[in-house]
Amino acid sequence: MSVLDSKIPEGSLKDKWTNHKNKIDLVNPANKRNIDIIVVGTGLAGGSAAASLAEMGYNVKTFCYQDSPRRAHSIAAQGGINAAKNYQNDGDSVYRLFYDTVKGGDYRSREANVHRLAEVSGNIIDQCVAQGVPFGRDYGGLLDNRSFGGVLVSRTFYAKGQTGQQLLLGAYSALNRQIAKGKVTMYNRHEMVELVKVDGKARGIIARNLETGELERHSAHAVVIASGGYGNVFFLSTNAMGSNATAAWKIHKKGAYFANPCYTQIHPTCIPRSGDHQSKLTLMSESLRNDGRIWVPKNLEDVLAIREGRLKPTDLQEEQRDYYLERKYPAFGNLVPRDVASRAAKERCDSGFGVNETGEAVYLDFSTAIKRYGKQEAAIARMENPNEEDILNLGEAVIEAKYGNLFQMYEKIVAENPYKTPMMIYPAVHYTMGGVWVDYNLMTSIEGCYCIGEANFSDHGANRLGASALMQGLADGYFVLPYTIGDYLSNEIRTGKISTETPEFEEAEKDVSERIEKLMNIKGTKSVDYFHKLLGKAMWEYVGMSRNEEGLKKAMSEIKQIRTNFWNDVRIPGDKNSLNSELVKAGRVADFLELGELFAKDALYRNESCGGHFREESVEEDGLQKGEAKRNDTDYAYVAAWEYTGEPSDAVMHKEELEFNDIELKQRSYK
Amino acid sequence: MDLTLKVWRQKNREDKGGLETYKVTGISENSSFLEMLDVMNEHLIMEGTEPVAFDHDCREGICGSCSLYINGEAHGPDRKVTTCQLHMRMFEDGETIYVEPWRSASMPVVKDLIVDRSSFERIQQSGGFVSVNTSGNTQDANALPIPKMNADKAFDVAACIGCGACVATCKNSSAMLFVAAKVSQFAYLPQGQLERKQRVLNMVEQMDKEGFGNCTNTGACEVECPKSISIEYIAKMNREYLSASITSEN
Repeated sequence: MSVLDSKIPEGSLKDKWTNHKNKIDLVNPANKRNIDIIVVGTGLAGGSAAASLAEMGYNVKTFCYQDSPRRAHSIAAQGGINAAKNYQNDGDSVYRLFYDTVKGGDYRSREANVHRLAEVSGNIIDQCVAQGVPFGRDYGGLLDNRSFGGVLVSRTFYAKGQTGQQLLLGAYSALNRQIAKGKVTMYNRHEMVELVKVDGKARGIIARNLETGELERHSAHAVVIASGGYGNVFFLSTNAMGSNATAAWKIHKKGAYFANPCYTQIHPTCIPRSGDHQSKLTLMSESLRNDGRIWVPKNLEDVLAIREGRLKPTDLQEEQRDYYLERKYPAFGNLVPRDVASRAAKERCDSGFGVNETGEAVYLDFSTAIKRYGKQEAAIARMENPNEEDILNLGEAVIEAKYGNLFQMYEKIVAENPYKTPMMIYPAVHYTMGGVWVDYNLMTSIEGCYCIGEANFSDHGANRLGASALMQGLADGYFVLPYTIGDYLSNEIRTGKISTETPEFEEAEKDVSERIEKLMNIKGTKSVDYFHKLLGKAMWEYVGMSRNEEGLKKAMSEIKQIRTNFWNDVRIPGDKNSLNSELVKAGRVADFLELGELFAKDALYRNESCGGHFREESVEEDGLQKGEAKRNDTDYAYVAAWEYTGEPSDAVMHKEELEFNDIELKQRSYK
Repeated sequence: MDLTLKVWRQKNREDKGGLETYKVTGISENSSFLEMLDVMNEHLIMEGTEPVAFDHDCREGICGSCSLYINGEAHGPDRKVTTCQLHMRMFEDGETIYVEPWRSASMPVVKDLIVDRSSFERIQQSGGFVSVNTSGNTQDANALPIPKMNADKAFDVAACIGCGACVATCKNSSAMLFVAAKVSQFAYLPQGQLERKQRVLNMVEQMDKEGFGNCTNTGACEVECPKSISIEYIAKMNREYLSASITSEN
């Protein structure tokens, strides 16, 4: 095993980024005009990076599989974005945001990266406001904040329940400005299907035009992958239907190490599945846990009565309800981090307390908050002796102003009114902390190939705190990559235009074309979704919320088998020279079928419980923390970066040891 | 539920296209409209027929990809929802459902139910932004207080998802609601003031170039808009346009 060089700058933690920026070689404006950069993906990370790089003077080519860059899945992020502004005067600071993020990540992230993230967090809010992003404000016209799970301050900026949408439209507008200027060439309905390396350096990609099926060669001096996470390996997740790991997986197969694939976030508040027809799961923002209380009935008889429709949740009195998060974690209550909340819900449901037909749902109840807000509003309106109905109406109006769109979405999907009866929620796969390994400059282990946003592994450790994904995506794209990429490109000013008429491009295109041909010629008997669902089932069963050695070994062999069957029996109708959604899906699922196996292997090798990764073999035996996840810092305080060698099961692990100089490693306690 | 579907099939941009009839059976009323189409497509694949192509992605009503004209209504019979949020409980067992793409000369059909909305992109590129570069040195976000009422109004219009239902449902194929949403967002905010006049002039010019029709105040767009954006913003855009035309230095 080799030691990975993360290129963390010297100096004290708080000076590293400043010093590093001061030392990075610059590219003069005239030379920037001769340098091309490819950006794959147009979410918060890719969109903001493409716009910023073009503003600096580079020539940018940007690719997305959707019909518009505005549709990237960052758009669906609901709750908010963190920043250490301390506008609420509650003692927040760069250090606290850094500390909370490292602690929330269960001490499995790189200290220097996280500190940099916290340092630039404030700039992001300034930048977005300057672009005209309509954040929520108070009556004095200043920005409002809410609090999120796992922290004790209010540092989350929001735009109702559509924060991701507004931030993405901000980045999209910056991107549009550069497209209009001709500094960005936008390729919509295009998918990157291969990376092209020349002399060990990333020099371009092969992209497929999804409308015509045509394969295109694009060259550049650097390639930036910003293609998001791989949650769809579970089939059902809160990711978009098209979210895929193909770009990330292609660079992995060309030499980029893939780090910590087993770190997946299972989000505690999603709408439970209703049946086998389900194609995806819908998130209900974690911000709801600010005002909602999570509970199940105390008695099993009541659970049965509710399932059979003989009893309504609103019929149960306070003393008949088990507010299990408040009971088990009095210090954080309903605001414990996501992994803790998810496992607690699973534990209650596994014990038979699930409140819907499938037995996989708990309540998220707003009645207490509605009453509390109602009384407050009545007092503000100087109402004397308001009656109960007035209070409820006033309270519901407050809840509607905060979460209106989420409540509407819930009502449309479930056909129940969440203002009047508690919501039902259950955990679902939401975000992947693992991803392509990158150094401090966000460069992968392939020279000239960068990876940003959810697609990389860098900042969230084993578990991501709420409202930190948007922060990381925009930090990487606006404020980190545009600087760090100069370190590499300053050596490229003499390279000149890169030709696509070379053997390397030729060969890459041939590989892609043969692969497509092979898929089309299988002409089997099962649809792509059939295999995707099998993969998802194996992943959820053995590599889901809790994992053990036996299950993980089983998962590896099952996934290998599904992959073999896929390549023998998948059926793809239509032809390759036109818009063919099944062919596109098949390519993505083929990659998931490899990634899934590496995922299970990584989980198998990490025999400790940390963050989103829970190994049944590693739990606290006694004391206050009995039954909680047990981390093992002696043996596992490292990043597992996997090198592709032909088969996922043969991947070779490289370790990056994690050093913590500014934070003392502690067992997380939210009790 | 058992249903009969009349679905628009069209091979490519040049093909004439036409309606095909398909039957689906055993659909749960809790499934979404797109999940019902998934079931239909699964059957088509098993029969060896090419499945029906349609745009969809987030399936939670925010990305703006899905775009179906169902029984003569953009996004179908429910209100304030996109096609992906439409559930089968809105339909009767045994019903015949017509599924078509958006219809507008400025949004040509690409294949089956997929249309080309790049005209929207070009309108946004013509002025839908504030000209500010990325910089770590913009002023502190709270140095610019914005009255809550204006911020809230800006948010209401910024909620547009760019799906194109407003165009599809308008007898004039007008994109006024879409353009008005962006123009109004920046007109309400102090950040948008410097380019206010040029923005509305440029965006309207591009909208006309793309061949979208004018507004005749029938109000169909606001009824079908999944984000409930009101036509009062079209009036606002008209005011903005008029004032910019009269007073602009250019």
